[in-house]
Amino acid sequence: MGTQSASVAGRGMRAAWPLLLPAYLWLTLAIFLPLSAMVFFSFMTDLPTAQSGWSGTLENYRAFFSEALYGTLLLASLRLGIEVTLWCVLLGFPAAYVLAKVLKGRSREAIFLLVILPFWSNGLVRIFSWVMVLRDGGILDTAINTISPFRISIDLIYSYPAVIIGLVHSYVPYMVLTCYLTLQAIDDSLIEAARSLGASRLTVLKRIIIPLAMPGIVAGAVLTFVPVVGSFMEPRILGGRTGTFYGTVIEDQFVAVYNWPLGAALSFILLAVVLLILAVASPVLKRAS
Amino acid sequence: MADVQVRNVSRSFGSHKALDDVSIDFPDGGFYALLGPSGSGKTTLLRLIAGFDFPSCGGISIGGESVERVPVEKRRIGMMFQNYALFPNMSVADNVAFGLSVRGDTRSSIETEVRRALDLVQLDKLGERRPHQLSGGQRQRVALARAIVTKPRVLLLDEPLSALDKALRVDMQIELKRIQREIGITTIFVTHDQEEALTMADRIGILCDGRVVQEGPPEDVYDRPRSEFAASFLGDANILRGKTFDNGIRLSDGMQILAKEASSGSAGVEAICAVRPERITIAASASATPPGRNTLNGRIMKRIFAGNSSTYFVDRNGETLKVLVQNQDGERLSEGQDVTLSWSPESTVVITA
Repeated sequence: MGTQSASVAGRGMRAAWPLLLPAYLWLTLAIFLPLSAMVFFSFMTDLPTAQSGWSGTLENYRAFFSEALYGTLLLASLRLGIEVTLWCVLLGFPAAYVLAKVLKGRSREAIFLLVILPFWSNGLVRIFSWVMVLRDGGILDTAINTISPFRISIDLIYSYPAVIIGLVHSYVPYMVLTCYLTLQAIDDSLIEAARSLGASRLTVLKRIIIPLAMPGIVAGAVLTFVPVVGSFMEPRILGGRTGTFYGTVIEDQFVAVYNWPLGAALSFILLAVVLLILAVASPVLKRAS
Repeated sequence: MADVQVRNVSRSFGSHKALDDVSIDFPDGGFYALLGPSGSGKTTLLRLIAGFDFPSCGGISIGGESVERVPVEKRRIGMMFQNYALFPNMSVADNVAFGLSVRGDTRSSIETEVRRALDLVQLDKLGERRPHQLSGGQRQRVALARAIVTKPRVLLLDEPLSALDKALRVDMQIELKRIQREIGITTIFVTHDQEEALTMADRIGILCDGRVVQEGPPEDVYDRPRSEFAASFLGDANILRGKTFDNGIRLSDGMQILAKEASSGSAGVEAICAVRPERITIAASASATPPGRNTLNGRIMKRIFAGNSSTYFVDRNGETLKVLVQNQDGERLSEGQDVTLSWSPESTVVITA
């Protein structure tokens, strides 16, 4: 019985190879090779193309620990990741709930389109349009002051809130989509059953809907947290002087300072920290889902 | 426990009237079946009583208390859903405990009540399982335990047996009826299965197009249908068309069909008479029929054998009559044979349009 099912599985695998191979070949070429090159660089004194020659070293990793700034920036980036993720949950989950459980038919499609729309525009364009909105004398400032009887100055650009706003805007659609998918799968009769048993809407939310939607919330949180911790575009453009984060420092190493080995080392430290966080959190996340 | 009263309730969805001026009294402690084809409004009515939806006009009261504007969670009802709606994120015991813990009962009283409810549905050993580890019948029992553990005033059942296979369904019918009797809870049961309604309920209401066509005890509704729809929806019926005369109807070819209870209307109006297939005696032509019975002659077109019974389709001047016969020893009638059908006036119901 056991061997028979194993051989069936084996036959299934043989049939699956031609389907799997193109994708994995591509992944190997596109991700694994450059990534291993980066691992290699992170242990070198300079790029192999440098005239002055190069040798192996641990100096790039040691720099992270000897220079307090990197640790501080990493903590700032982690905090940014947590805050943006929380905002995304707070904004995205209710929206996903309304999309999945309240709206029907045409109006659902229309609202859904609004959620997906940011995906269709270029990220850089999106961020720069926030500059137009948030700066002093910008769209938000002008709009509020046309309505308000007294002068209110809205000058959010080049501040921490501006970075948060830009990042939340970029990542909230992921949260909406992942939550929507799990909420959609919750049968309405579960909600009705809970209410028939005396549960108020709030109790239904706490004890039925949120626990059942947890896999979606967790997936959305991971999809948001990981890239936000390493983000550099939003902090740089919307944060100005306050926008120095771990991600922007890495970017500097690659595009400004041309210290690729240090940039690579800092990247892998970030990767390790993120993986560590996910590993520590995984029992909690698994229970939640 | 409480009785439920529905008074002149209508519910419209846009221009569609799902319920049209419905009034029903659901007696305290009774088992009431709402029977009707899909789209008849029976589920809409159940949802109005539960409080998932509110009537466009009319009143609903539970135990004398008017509830039209009371939300579901305050109505103290128990409901069982077609798909059971067990919470997949909780164990069986937690599912059953849900209503009690929401209410704020103490931990020890919750434990006692949950154990008692699981005992009642004979699932006392499965408290730690998850719903997905249970069979369909077991899920059904958990749903029932969860619905009754809070001691609701009314138990509402929305086609709870329709997802089970036939044998299990019959078991559950008996089981459900036993539990209902044991705790004496007012029960309203929505079904489209007429057999289920007949076996389980002590009162039946037939709905069609948002109106109550007829209601009463099962025997009553079955023996004395008041409309052609009621006659043919609840059980099988042979419908003969004609015009009324003093004690029966006269068919177009002049044959007179006598009824025990003559129609109240004036003579000579269009009417039908309904006869249940099992009330008709079928015999080879020219055999003697006792006097005082209605007789018609015809020819057997088809016979369907179903083990313990047979159904004969008898042609009479282009009309087909169904006759249901318990299979006995002895000679059977065969297709193509001329036969005489007879039945008593007591089994004849005259319905004027």
